[in-house]
Amino acid sequence: MRLVILDDYELASEWAAKYIRNRIVEFKPSADRYFTLGLPTGSTPYGCYQKLIEFHRSGDLSFKYVKTFNMDEYVGLPRAHPESYHSYMWNNFFKHIDIDPANAHILDGNAEDLEAECNAYEQKIAAAGGIELFVGGIGPDGHIAFNEPGSSLVSRTRVKTLAKDTIVANARFFGNDLSKVPTMALTVGVGTVMDAKEVMILITGAHKAFALYKAIEEGVNHMWTVSAFQQHPHTIFVCDEDATLELRVKTVKYFKAGLMHVHNQLVDPVLSMKDHYKL
Amino acid sequence: MPSNKSVSDAPIIQFTNCRILREHKLQREDLWVRDGKILDPEKLFFDEQGYADRCLDCAGAIVAPGFIDVQINGGYGVDFSQPCEDVSTGVSLVAKKILEHGVTSFCPTLVTSPPAVYHQVLPQINVHNGGPEGAGVLGFHLEGPFISSEKRGAHPERFLRTFRSGGTDDLMETYGSLDNVAMVTLAPELPHSQSVVSTLRQKGVTVSLGHSVANLSQAEDAVRHGASFITHLFNAMLPFHHRDPGIVGLLTSDQIPAGRTVFYGMIADGIHTNPAALRIAHRAHPSGLVLVTDAITAMGLPPGRHTLGQQVVQIQGLHAYVAGTKTLSGSIATMDMCVRHFKQAAGCSVEDALEAAALHPARLLGISHRKGSLHYGADADLVLLDDGLRVRTTYISGEEVWRAEL
Repeated sequence: MRLVILDDYELASEWAAKYIRNRIVEFKPSADRYFTLGLPTGSTPYGCYQKLIEFHRSGDLSFKYVKTFNMDEYVGLPRAHPESYHSYMWNNFFKHIDIDPANAHILDGNAEDLEAECNAYEQKIAAAGGIELFVGGIGPDGHIAFNEPGSSLVSRTRVKTLAKDTIVANARFFGNDLSKVPTMALTVGVGTVMDAKEVMILITGAHKAFALYKAIEEGVNHMWTVSAFQQHPHTIFVCDEDATLELRVKTVKYFKAGLMHVHNQLVDPVLSMKDHYKL
Repeated sequence: MPSNKSVSDAPIIQFTNCRILREHKLQREDLWVRDGKILDPEKLFFDEQGYADRCLDCAGAIVAPGFIDVQINGGYGVDFSQPCEDVSTGVSLVAKKILEHGVTSFCPTLVTSPPAVYHQVLPQINVHNGGPEGAGVLGFHLEGPFISSEKRGAHPERFLRTFRSGGTDDLMETYGSLDNVAMVTLAPELPHSQSVVSTLRQKGVTVSLGHSVANLSQAEDAVRHGASFITHLFNAMLPFHHRDPGIVGLLTSDQIPAGRTVFYGMIADGIHTNPAALRIAHRAHPSGLVLVTDAITAMGLPPGRHTLGQQVVQIQGLHAYVAGTKTLSGSIATMDMCVRHFKQAAGCSVEDALEAAALHPARLLGISHRKGSLHYGADADLVLLDDGLRVRTTYISGEEVWRAEL
């Protein structure tokens, strides 16, 4: 794995956004060859989305030939609800960029047949040629998407019941009223994300430190589903200092002091669509 | 990029680089319009996988709902109360000109007149939406003739009337038809007025109290029967007195039925109401304040002497005097001037000033589901303003109907 450690949340968000930008620009997406991007929601990736929007506004990055697949969506929450992941993606990303609405895919938590919806989503990903880069986050309980502790590490897109930890963590978005938080969600499986060519996990804040420790310094374990990515050939963990608080000094030194200059070459120079390809 | 607009083929316009008035705040958001109505872009994105056909850069302007003037007697030499064969030409002229002031809907107002005038004029102007030809007509505002003789102001005394009984007979005999009428101003101390108020309410006509010597309990009684507006607060009514606040007391009355608001018109031209009085009213009851111009024929005419009907009027700045005297002959401030003056005099926020000119009159007339606000589904009647609240562009149903010269 690459463990990219930045000093704070802003720098981590910026690094991640620059990396995504470089990957898209280098790929030279076109009408015949779309760049497929997996996307997360939540407070962690917010700064990264802000940066990507900035890059789009400056004319350096276009999403015209990008297809996106979000990781998850609550079951039974009206799509127009301000806390639905559809609302999050519209307000924090889609409305500010030039993505074709037909290429922005999010699971429908209000579908008549949830199982059919999940299977169809897997097919859409396959039809798009698979995911080039899947961006994700990590829960305090070490979950990726809504693959709660105990999820199969080869799981596919399906309905999951949320763990107590997750419900408590999400209560702050529902007026701190536990009874208002949805209890089920549709989520891509661990296996679904593992199929991506490359996986980038954003982890910031001291409250995620223990989960990061379990995910990368302990064994592969279905109780900490992010640990599955130890077996993916191309995983990048992007964190801030606070998220590394539970790691061994040796691990942090190896990746920070030892490898940061290598990591920085991935985002420096930062490429622009203006130089690299014509729409 | 081809798009799948499964609901409608009408072009979608996206107003960008602007601050829109939504949920009582100016927010940095884009405004989407289709088919003359405000569109929900999130639904468009997810349901229809659609996007804008055209982006309009607003250069940082404020985008507010178009202003609504519920009391305007004429302008540009036109007097709505002047009986004539062809009323619509005059109304259309004024309707076109007030687009420059950001007004997208209005109530042409008739002062106390003989029945023959109402019978002739009312059927000639239907309620209709505006467009490039001019602001929309929401219906007539009939100020009189059922008003107090003592407080008639400039209204002709010989045409004042009282209610012989409480029924619709007096209304029908006087006005002819109420089809094109949005509002009636009357004096609630007149006997039998209560049932007239109820009748008008039932017919969907807004009832306003004005040109009256009513005390507070008579005014409260009228409100209980359905009255919901006060015509030009402070003017043509008993002054506020601390033991009998009169009609002015409605602003803080505890007798207003639950769920109802009493609105009040203010002529905020800096002349008809002392700024301190304006502030007292605004602070006492901010959500009821409705800006009106109460503009007369002379509004919009250049400074100097003008002969208007039987009167000779002298215009100096924002003052219109009976020529050769210091007697005010009416208001000539435009709606956008009133908005600017109100904001400055009341010391209120931009949002409050803009709502007093659009949201509150829309609520008063019971049309706030489609006018006076920028919520999804509302009519796209817009006014684009600079930071000084000067009108740059006016839109009706999403179509540009006036643009300021640069």
